[in-house]
Amino acid sequence: MNRTVITVVGKDKVGIMAKVCNYLAENSINILDISQTIVQGFFNMMMIVDANDTPKELDKIAEELEQIGNEIGVTIRTQHEDIFDKMHRI
Amino acid sequence: MINIHEVIETNKMIQQENLDVRTITLGISLLDCIDPDLDKLNQNIYNKITSVAKDLVSVGNKIQREFGIPIVNKRISVTPISLIGASACKSSEDYVTIAKTLDKVADTVGVNFIGGYSALVSKSMTSSDELLIRSIPSALSQTERVCSSVNVGSTKTGIDMDAVKLIGQIVLDTAEATKDRDSIGCAKLVVFCNAPDDNPFMAGAFHGVTEGDAVINVGVSGPGVVKKALENVRGADFETLCETIKKTAFKITRVGQLVAQEASKMLGIPFGIVDLSLAPTPAVGDSVAEILEEIGLEYAGAPGTTAALALLNDQVKKGGVMASSFVGGLSGAFIPVSEDQGMINAVEAGALTIEKLEAMTCVCSVGLDMVAIPGDTKATTISGIIADEMAIGMINQKTTAVRIIPVIGKTVGDRVEFGGLLGYAPVMPVNKFNCDAFINRGGRIPAPIHSFKN
Repeated sequence: MNRTVITVVGKDKVGIMAKVCNYLAENSINILDISQTIVQGFFNMMMIVDANDTPKELDKIAEELEQIGNEIGVTIRTQHEDIFDKMHRI
Repeated sequence: MINIHEVIETNKMIQQENLDVRTITLGISLLDCIDPDLDKLNQNIYNKITSVAKDLVSVGNKIQREFGIPIVNKRISVTPISLIGASACKSSEDYVTIAKTLDKVADTVGVNFIGGYSALVSKSMTSSDELLIRSIPSALSQTERVCSSVNVGSTKTGIDMDAVKLIGQIVLDTAEATKDRDSIGCAKLVVFCNAPDDNPFMAGAFHGVTEGDAVINVGVSGPGVVKKALENVRGADFETLCETIKKTAFKITRVGQLVAQEASKMLGIPFGIVDLSLAPTPAVGDSVAEILEEIGLEYAGAPGTTAALALLNDQVKKGGVMASSFVGGLSGAFIPVSEDQGMINAVEAGALTIEKLEAMTCVCSVGLDMVAIPGDTKATTISGIIADEMAIGMINQKTTAVRIIPVIGKTVGDRVEFGGLLGYAPVMPVNKFNCDAFINRGGRIPAPIHSFKN
C-alpha cells in the first residue's frame, strides 16, 4: 500500500487539525494513524495516510498542504512513508 | 508502523543537519557513438546523451519532492573520451570539440557537471591518450561543466611516470589557462591511482568500460548528521563512539539506497551502486573536520588525526555496507580543503599541512583534494606530489587522487574563492626542495609485490 506521512510542526493553536483534516477529506485521503508530541516547546503532529484514492498527484497535495501550513503559521511536510521505513527498519 | 519520534529524527537530519543526497549520477556508455568522422562522432554523442538523460533532472526533482530529501546534484558520467575519440581525433583541438559537445549537452539536459573527459593510462599512454591529456587545459578553459580525470597508476600495473611528468605540466597549464578565474580549471581535473569505474562524485566520475550501457549511481552525504550524533556521546569510550558512527552511517546510506532504487525504477535504467562517502560542503555544520574535532581533536591535523580519520572511515563503511545491496565508488570520508569549513579553519590555524593531509589520505578516500598551492610552484614539484599520492594508492591497494590548484598570481597567505560547492581555500605552502631529477627519469614504476605485507 502506498502510504504517506504528513507532519505538522509549529506553535500550537486552535484549528490546525481541523484545517488539515478538512483538506484530506475533500481529497479522499484516508487517515490511518495520528500521533502528536511536544518537542522543545513545538507542537509536532504526524499522520500516516492512505492517498491511493485521491485523483491528485502527491506533488500537488504536498504543495497545497504546504500552502495551508503557511496560512495558519505552521510547517506541513508531506513525504512518502518509504524514507522513514527504510531508515528505521532493517 | 513508523512512530512519531522516528519521523522527527529523520526530518531533523534533513532540516537541521544537512542530510542530503549529494548526487544522482547517470553513467552512459558512449562506445556505440564511435565514428571516424569527427562531426558525426560529436553528433552521435549529443544524440545519445540527450536521449538517455532527458528525464534525469525531472526524475531527481520528483524524488526530492516525494521523499522530502534534497537531491543536490544531478550529473552525468561518460565513457573515457580518450577511447571514444581515438579514431576521429587527430589533434588535441579535435578532442576539444568533444569537450564542447559535452558542455553543450550538459546544458541541454540541465546537469551541472559531466564527467569522463578522461584517459586511463595506468601502464602507458596511447597516442590518443596523450592527445587528450594535452588538450585538457584548453578543454577545461573553454567549457563550464566538463570534468576531467586521468588514471596514471594502479596496484596491478604500477605507475606511469611519463604520464605523471606530463600531468604536472598540464595542471600548471590548466591553471594558467583559467587564471582570470582563480585557476578554477584545476578544480575540475583529478589525477587517480586505482580509479573506480563507478564513482558518482565529481570531478573524478567516469563511466568505466566494465559498466553496462547506462547505470544509476548515487552518492550520499551527511557529515552534519554524524557530528550531531557524536555530540550525544561526548566523553564515551571508543566502542560507543564507533557504534554511534556505524548506526548513523546505516541510516544515511539507507536513504541513498532508496533514492537510487526509485531513480532506477522511474528512469528504467539499472541501479549500479551507492557511494557511502561522507562528502562535506562549505556550509556550517556539514564538515568532516568538525567530526574529527568532535572525536576529540582541537583541529584536523592535530596528533591523532590519522587514527581518528581511520576509525571514522572504517565505521562509515561498516554501517553503510549493510544498508545497501551494492556499494562502490569511492566510499569513505572525503577531506577536501576548500569544500570543508573545518578543514579551512585548520589550515588557517596552522594545524594542517600538505604532509599531514598526505598521511590522512592513507586511511580514507580519496586524496589531496581541492588543495590550493602557490601559482609559481614548479611542474616537477606538482608531479612529485602526484607521484607520492599515487604510490600510497598503489601500495595500499586503494584509490587515491590529487586535485591540486596552483593559483596563478597568488601565494601562501592569500585566499582563493571558487564559489558554490567548491568553496574557498587558503593557499598552502609546498615543500621547496627539488625533485627534478626524479621526475625527469621517464618510464614507469613497476607493479608492487603482493606478498611480504609489512
